[in-house]
Amino acid sequence: MYVAVKGGEAAIANAHALLADRRRGDRSVPALRLDQIVEQLALGVDRVMSEGSLYDRELAALAIVQARGDMIEAIFLVRAYRTTLPRFGYTKAIDTGAMLVERRVSATYKDLPGGQLLGPTFDYTHRLLDPELAAGGDVAEPLQRASEAEAMQRVSAILAREGLIEPDGDMPQDHVPGDITREPLEFPMARDIRLQALSRGDEGFLLALGYSTQRGYARNHPFVGEVRIGEVELELDVPELPFAVPLGSVRVTECQMVNQFKGSAKAPPQFTRGYGLVFGQSERKAMAMALCDRALRASEFGEDVVAAAQDEEFVISHSDNVQATGFVEHLKLPHYVDFQAELDLVRRMRAEHDARENAGKAEEKREAAE
Amino acid sequence: MTAQATDIATYNFAYLDEQTKRMIRRAILKGIAIPGYQVPFASREMPMPYGWGTGGVQVTASIIGPDDVLKVIDQGADDTTNAVSIRAFFKKVANVAVTTETAKATIIQTRHRIPEYPLTTGQVLVYQVPIPEPLRFLEPRETETRKMHALEEYGLMHVKLYEDIARHGRIATTYAYPVKVEGRYVMDPSPTPKFDNPKMHRSPALQLFGAGREKRIYALPPFTDVVSLDFEDHPFEVQTFDQPCALCAAENVYLDEVILDDHGGHMFVCSDTDHCEKRRAEGHRGHLAPETMEPAQ
Repeated sequence: MYVAVKGGEAAIANAHALLADRRRGDRSVPALRLDQIVEQLALGVDRVMSEGSLYDRELAALAIVQARGDMIEAIFLVRAYRTTLPRFGYTKAIDTGAMLVERRVSATYKDLPGGQLLGPTFDYTHRLLDPELAAGGDVAEPLQRASEAEAMQRVSAILAREGLIEPDGDMPQDHVPGDITREPLEFPMARDIRLQALSRGDEGFLLALGYSTQRGYARNHPFVGEVRIGEVELELDVPELPFAVPLGSVRVTECQMVNQFKGSAKAPPQFTRGYGLVFGQSERKAMAMALCDRALRASEFGEDVVAAAQDEEFVISHSDNVQATGFVEHLKLPHYVDFQAELDLVRRMRAEHDARENAGKAEEKREAAE
Repeated sequence: MTAQATDIATYNFAYLDEQTKRMIRRAILKGIAIPGYQVPFASREMPMPYGWGTGGVQVTASIIGPDDVLKVIDQGADDTTNAVSIRAFFKKVANVAVTTETAKATIIQTRHRIPEYPLTTGQVLVYQVPIPEPLRFLEPRETETRKMHALEEYGLMHVKLYEDIARHGRIATTYAYPVKVEGRYVMDPSPTPKFDNPKMHRSPALQLFGAGREKRIYALPPFTDVVSLDFEDHPFEVQTFDQPCALCAAENVYLDEVILDDHGGHMFVCSDTDHCEKRRAEGHRGHLAPETMEPAQ
């Protein structure tokens, strides 16, 4: 006998209890502390801060442990918290030229003022699993030198002196930067809005799109003018005070991609820019973002829009992994009302189809008999 | 900062802050002023995933007051897990009275159904909408579809319906069946079965539609003309079922198919659980109903 399904509430509570148990795992293994995650899984924390759009290492670490290491779930947790926070203002634009640099490499110049600084990179490690890490051995102190007093000039500024690269943006003086967390997205969008969306976009999605431009789907001849990672100061204008107030600093990764451009009716031959900036340390994301940014500027330069990476609506509408995972995963919610409607239609069409077939067969038989 | 358990975060009444609610209410009012027009709004991240009804939840959170009585249904049922979850959310963050009875509710949030019991003046039906743009599957670009709406250029939709008839002998859209509102905007009624479309027409209730991920709100004020698109020689018709509800013997209601065993046995029961329970309480019995009512839970 059919009994209508009841008890959803109890089932949900039980599922949550089981989830909490599985999240904690074997109780004889010490629970992870947030400082362990912040210190030792720092790049994961950076990704959650960057795509969660909230610069708070401890909250990101909490989200990672609460999400059992599922990064998109952790990003979602941070976003859902962030959206409830009140706004008390917008900082002034950060000056990455004044960055306290820990890593800076340029692929366009062998040497340049400030030099090439490798910093904490995986680049030249041999990817051999290190059994000593499993044993938790001591790690030697790294060599460090005092920071330079002078700011490290950006490569784009060197090119700009010769007029060989386009100017850095041409927003009108009175342009107020948009805020994708407070205003609905509208297409076509200004570049500032687009860059915001890219900066919180899914790393994997942008990586694949950036990669596609290199393989010929909207190739734009990129060179890494510079990648730099380090701390930049945040300053806030407070109405009562005649100067900007420093709030602290954030660690960011910036990538300035330099792209070849042969010139058009409107613009002389010069290099063009693709820009990437993300919270924390993530060269992969910043570089992929810069490739996508340049591809998305196609119509600005009169280039044909022929590939996915150049298509603003396609890229921006699908770059947010919290939205994407929600809509893909919602398919597991009940849809039986709609399915019933489809079932009914397919059954009717099937019955008509079978009737036609049978009529055809009967006709053939009759003709054969005659 | 330190993550101390004593730092308990507090949330505003109905979760959203008042500024956000005002922003959403403005979008709702604009939607009511232009029935069927999709108003962009700055949708917020909600504590449930996109696709779980974040648009409907934001609309409900913006209009709900302490005296409201809330009903939440998913697939017509009050007891599906997501309906239970959303009801529990509002009980927690707004401490409002909840009900499963359609007639007693002042706000009904729904996914994929309109209750069988006729709605009345003063009630608000809030739809959860996944893709608010009825033209989206014909034209994926928002820049294009907005132009098409502005120019009232709906030929593409008619061509699609015509191609259905040419290919299948009928219009092969069974849910999210497009409607025209007040003779102007073509609107997506959300993925309700087309069975429910006629209930939207001149409903005395206010109907609000929220699409969180797509950041759109639209509305049908009470007594708005809502006409399902069709052709003179292929008039719009709703689904019919060959048998009544197996539990309450209701006819002319929307039924769900329930599989009973692994030999193809199935039965059809009301999708609207409240309607079905009410009828059984009144003494109606379907051919598979138990002799006595199980005690109410």
